[in-house]
Amino acid sequence: MNAPVLDIEGLDIAFPMARPVQNLSFQVGAGETLAVVGESGSGKSLTALAVMGLLPPRARIAAGSIRFGGRDLTGLKPREMQDIRGGEIGMIFQEPMTSLNPVMTIGRQITEVIRQHDGGTEEAARGRAAELLDLVRIPDPVAKLDAWPHELSGGMRQRVMIAMAVACRPSLLIADEPTTALDVTIQAQVLDLIDGLRRDLGIAVLLITHDLGLVAQWADRVVVMYAGRPMEIAGAEALFARPRHPYSQGLISASPRAQGDRGFRDGPLPEIPGNVGSAASLVGCSFAPRCPVALPDCATRRPALRQLGAAHAVACPVAK
Amino acid sequence: MAKTHHGAGRVPRLLARLLLRALPTVVGVVVLIYFFLRLVPGDAADAIAADAGAATSAGMEALRARLGLDQSLITQFGQYVWGLLHLDLGQSVRYNAPVIDLIWQRLPDTVLLMVTAMTIAVALGIVMGMTMARFAGRLPDRLLSVLALVFYSVPGFWIGLMLIVVFSVQLGWLPSGGSGPIGRAGQGWAGVLVKPRYLLLPSVSLGLFYLSIYARLTRASMLEQAGQDYVRTALAKGLSPRKVMFRHVLRNALLPVTTMVGMHVGAMLGGAVVVETVYNWPGLGKLSFEAILSRDFNVLMAILLLSSFLVIAANVMVDLVHGWLDPRIQET
Repeated sequence: MNAPVLDIEGLDIAFPMARPVQNLSFQVGAGETLAVVGESGSGKSLTALAVMGLLPPRARIAAGSIRFGGRDLTGLKPREMQDIRGGEIGMIFQEPMTSLNPVMTIGRQITEVIRQHDGGTEEAARGRAAELLDLVRIPDPVAKLDAWPHELSGGMRQRVMIAMAVACRPSLLIADEPTTALDVTIQAQVLDLIDGLRRDLGIAVLLITHDLGLVAQWADRVVVMYAGRPMEIAGAEALFARPRHPYSQGLISASPRAQGDRGFRDGPLPEIPGNVGSAASLVGCSFAPRCPVALPDCATRRPALRQLGAAHAVACPVAK
Repeated sequence: MAKTHHGAGRVPRLLARLLLRALPTVVGVVVLIYFFLRLVPGDAADAIAADAGAATSAGMEALRARLGLDQSLITQFGQYVWGLLHLDLGQSVRYNAPVIDLIWQRLPDTVLLMVTAMTIAVALGIVMGMTMARFAGRLPDRLLSVLALVFYSVPGFWIGLMLIVVFSVQLGWLPSGGSGPIGRAGQGWAGVLVKPRYLLLPSVSLGLFYLSIYARLTRASMLEQAGQDYVRTALAKGLSPRKVMFRHVLRNALLPVTTMVGMHVGAMLGGAVVVETVYNWPGLGKLSFEAILSRDFNVLMAILLLSSFLVIAANVMVDLVHGWLDPRIQET
């Protein structure tokens, strides 16, 4: 990993009655793609929103730091955070159909972010917006500036979102389930595009997803989250070649796309018994109630992340 | 709409649509209102006799014959429709003048009153609703909600009377009625300048009810829009909460308000009857009140026809505003 662009250390996110993210630490290196995977409710989207300073009103950062560009984002004033959002960190969301303002042209929505951070005239921003639409491979970009969101397909809208997110040359792009709402063929195109921008513009990508197929194909490194805590952090190849944590093992064997060269198997997929439930309230390992290899200790002592190699860490006493 | 209309200009198409919508409505209004009005006990002859204080039955018969009231209802209706087809709205029994002259004489004052009241209601209602949404659940929201509820539930005539008591009788700041001073002070530029003083209280009385509706609607609509995905996108672009509210949320939130405004234009004429009577405002509302008392059905028919035109025109206007606010609504 290169020098980290984003360094999250000991992050706790708290609601009045719950603490859905606890003691989360990871780094995103310059120009790399880090994937955060987990089930619904594992706290991965909250983590992304915390980086953007866009947590829901009742949620707050209870502990830890989010270091970005030499500053701790958790201590910034709202005004300073505004300059970072859309300027130094861009973000795209899950639902391209509803993420654009329906009553504003594509062009206005892109020039708005350019003028917010870089200033300049509307004409200059329009020129830049057309370049950006070309960059995200939207055909006939100048004409598309005057198009309304409802005139574009979901894939096209997500491209517009990407154009907006990278308009001010951010050093980090957060993609929160960017392809979940898209057709499979469009998914690959959109991720190809993000990966190309990462390479060409040197943007680090924080990819939030529950789709292990995407992770295997597009991520450099992976954080596996369960019930708000990191279970395993590893290089993508190492993780898929040999997952160490019982939860990672369960996830990968339960994924139809992760069977590699063997293709799709006959018969039912294996599953992880039980559900996430109220794992966050347990004192020990949150995965212990569902774990096939849990030790008696696991229910009472929370395992810390330990290094299994230079770039592989796992929060499990059993894993080797 | 059919393909052939695509090349046509916007305005002719609009007028064509206006007429197309107006025709069945007007036919319905004419038929229903004409016969319903006749269900009211008494006719113009009775009203005239009551005014005079005494009448012989022979005199009444003569009066009815002169006014055409002795003919069968169907014949009278036929004559009225025949007149309408020749753009003749008939004579007013009470004023002994063509109805069209009466309408033209009263229309400007009523339009002025309604436009002012609606402007106050829309402008202040939206500002009030935005403020309530901005402070949702907190003290300013609670206080304004109570105020909106009061405006909504208190009848316009009572608000009018109270405003007169406070601002005219007690404080002496504003006139208590009429649409302008009598004599030379009401002529020319001086008349234009004093007009707002006469206009203020009646338009506030008429507008407060609608103001409260628009305030509640704007509040609910803003709060609903504030939770939408595109708002999160706007925040993620680094826009200030102020810019997000004005540029992104407000325009989306205004759609339901404009729909309501269109529906209220007709209803407001009904409210104007009361308010114009309280403030002695010489408009159509007061004219229709007098027309009902004197069973002056030709005048009443004309006013109701006018108001149905007004409602249709307002609806077409709302469609235009919708098309401008929201590009997804195609002009059809």
